[in-house]
Amino acid sequence: MLMRAGDAPASAPAMSVADVHARLKGVTRVYGVGTSRPIVHALGPVDLDLMRGEFFSVVGPSGCGKSTLLDALAGLAVPTEGEVYFENRRIRGVPDGVGVVFQEDASFAWLTVRDNVAFGLRRAGVDAAEITRRVDYAVGFMGLRDFANAYPAQLSGGMRQRVCIARTLVLQPRLILLDEPFGALDQQTRLLMGDELLRLWRETKATVMLITHALDEAAMLSDRVGVMSARPGVFIDFVETGWPRERDSRIVSDTHFGAVTARLWEKLRVESLKSIGTKP
Amino acid sequence: MRKLGDFVILIVALLIVWQGLHAVAGDTTLTSPAATFVKLGELMRTDQFWGNVAETGQAFAMALVISLIGGVGLGTLLGLNRTSGVVSEPILIALYSLPKVTLYPLVLLCFGLGISAKVAFGAMHGLIPVALFTMKAIMQLKPVYLRTAQALRLTPSQVATTIALPAVLPEVMAGARLGFSLSLLGVLIGEMFASKRGLGFMINSAMGLGDIATIMAVAVFLSIFAVAANALLLLIDRAIPR
Amino acid sequence: MTREGWIRLAVVVAAVAVLEALCRTGVIAHTVLLAPSEMAVSLWNILRGGELNEDILSTLRNVLLSSVISAVLGFVCGAIIHALPRVRGAVEPLLASYYAIPTFMFYPIFIVMFGVGAQAIIAIAVLLSIVAMITATLTGLDRIPPVLRKTGTVFRMSPAARAVMIDLPAAAPYLFTGVKLTFAYSLIGVIASEFILSGAGIGYAIAYAYNNFNNQRMYGLMLLVIIVAIAANAALDAIDRRLQSRLRR
Repeated sequence: MLMRAGDAPASAPAMSVADVHARLKGVTRVYGVGTSRPIVHALGPVDLDLMRGEFFSVVGPSGCGKSTLLDALAGLAVPTEGEVYFENRRIRGVPDGVGVVFQEDASFAWLTVRDNVAFGLRRAGVDAAEITRRVDYAVGFMGLRDFANAYPAQLSGGMRQRVCIARTLVLQPRLILLDEPFGALDQQTRLLMGDELLRLWRETKATVMLITHALDEAAMLSDRVGVMSARPGVFIDFVETGWPRERDSRIVSDTHFGAVTARLWEKLRVESLKSIGTKP
Repeated sequence: MRKLGDFVILIVALLIVWQGLHAVAGDTTLTSPAATFVKLGELMRTDQFWGNVAETGQAFAMALVISLIGGVGLGTLLGLNRTSGVVSEPILIALYSLPKVTLYPLVLLCFGLGISAKVAFGAMHGLIPVALFTMKAIMQLKPVYLRTAQALRLTPSQVATTIALPAVLPEVMAGARLGFSLSLLGVLIGEMFASKRGLGFMINSAMGLGDIATIMAVAVFLSIFAVAANALLLLIDRAIPR
Repeated sequence: MTREGWIRLAVVVAAVAVLEALCRTGVIAHTVLLAPSEMAVSLWNILRGGELNEDILSTLRNVLLSSVISAVLGFVCGAIIHALPRVRGAVEPLLASYYAIPTFMFYPIFIVMFGVGAQAIIAIAVLLSIVAMITATLTGLDRIPPVLRKTGTVFRMSPAARAVMIDLPAAAPYLFTGVKLTFAYSLIGVIASEFILSGAGIGYAIAYAYNNFNNQRMYGLMLLVIIVAIAANAALDAIDRRLQSRLRR
């Protein structure tokens, strides 16, 4: 573990984890088998243990299979080979307790913010009083209170992502998967959303896996960062950051931040060159 | 290859359905595919049939030319100025969705019962979509194209022929294809309503005699022609670089 | 109303005024065209007189019936075709060239089948308008952003629940465009049929008036068709715009 000098004594070191929350064992994903289209080896073989309560990020060059990895973990896609476990059980379809936030805007344009957030709860048959309680809390937590009765079309891209996050939050997921959720937003908004995500993580005590192409984002937000190779993606490095649990985006001024980012780029640069077809 | 196979299967399936309907409905209501094509063959050997084809074809050709030239002209005129474009669009759309058949008596009162009335019917139907599509295309011409033309110091006619026309050609083609079908429809309906010659009239008189075989044969002939022409236009459309 | 809206109103009013002037001064012969004001008076008398009420109702009934049949049948067919990619691949070229065919030519066949009556008219109107709905349904279902479907999967919804709660609202704007087109084509189909051969309806009444040199009645009815067509399309457009603005991403 990389420790830093000058740690404020009040802040706790990176949390101790009790067990493995989700696991990928030998997972691969190959497209085009048995069709007339070319065979694409999109992912793997991947081995990954997600520890309960950790904030884990995945970085890698474009096309390395990060989204495929998330789909497999979430149960949205069946791996060609390998096994996926969540809370020590093999998953079949999307397991209970998993929330996903996508890169594209998934807010329902025909529902108000409040109805959007309540959508999953209503489908799950939760009773009305509980729904109101949880929706009010999530809307407040994500700073959407003034827009609760607005439609997504009236909101900015960042606000709409907050709606999607709130909609996931109310279901009290134990594992939250985010696929480049801030990709379409400008840098300042991204930094602020990063803080929101950390707040969310601390509040819900969920395990978080974030896929991002932004190294600084991965470095500042995570306990651990996995670096993926060019396609077919496999993990080539895991970097522990050692940040305290109580952190926010101002951690970028910490001297250690530069070291983490540098190490990520060192591995990633080679892979990125490979993925665009240039000899490193 | 599989796609072609699927398509052939579909055609065969449709023919089977046709045959089935014929078996259920009887000879006097619906002729079988075979009988229809035999009748068509017979008709195509008569001079009278080709006389009617020529009559319809002539009116259609003239209507089409008027639709295209008039439509592109009108569309360009209205589209060049943004205000006139925005003002005209709903009016053109309203005219497009109007059952223009309603105005046929007016046309007859103006043009009499000859071929000019038919040409008017066809042009009425075909001109509006061509104008609409052309107008929208001109309105959506990227401003940067015009700025480029300005920077290159082109004359207005150069701008029109070397930049504006190629840029709007795809949209105009789409409108032209629509105008083609609608002009034909206009001429045919006109013939059904008020003419003593042409394919529309042929269908009408066959209807009066209960001659279902002729009705179906002519309808099939027209369908094949229309689909073939449309396919040809699509090929030309695809050849346009965009 | 926007500035362009006012200009448009002015243009239409001016055109009508010019027509009125040309008719009144005799530049356009009275035997050819009635002045707009006369048409309006004639229409008013027709509506007040009530003898054509049966015809008017018959037309409206046929248009509504064929629109509804086309919209529902078209949506169902479109949804089925969308779910079967191989079928779609084979059918799509036919759908694309469907409106090239002068479908109206098949009206006489329906007359031979059903006789002169509402059935033949509705049949041809449906034939004319259904493909517009099928195409709009296919486009609408295509345009549902995949991320919305994925969201449905993440919420562990059944396919049926997803179809009703996500697919349908997400595709609604395109579906409604289909409904608009279906209505317009149904109106055209019904009126054209009544014109060519029918025993009842507004189109029939116009043709009858024409053949009997009754210009008053003929132009009054023409005005009625124009007003109905424009009003109906304007109403559907207004609904469409509200739908679009709500759902614009």
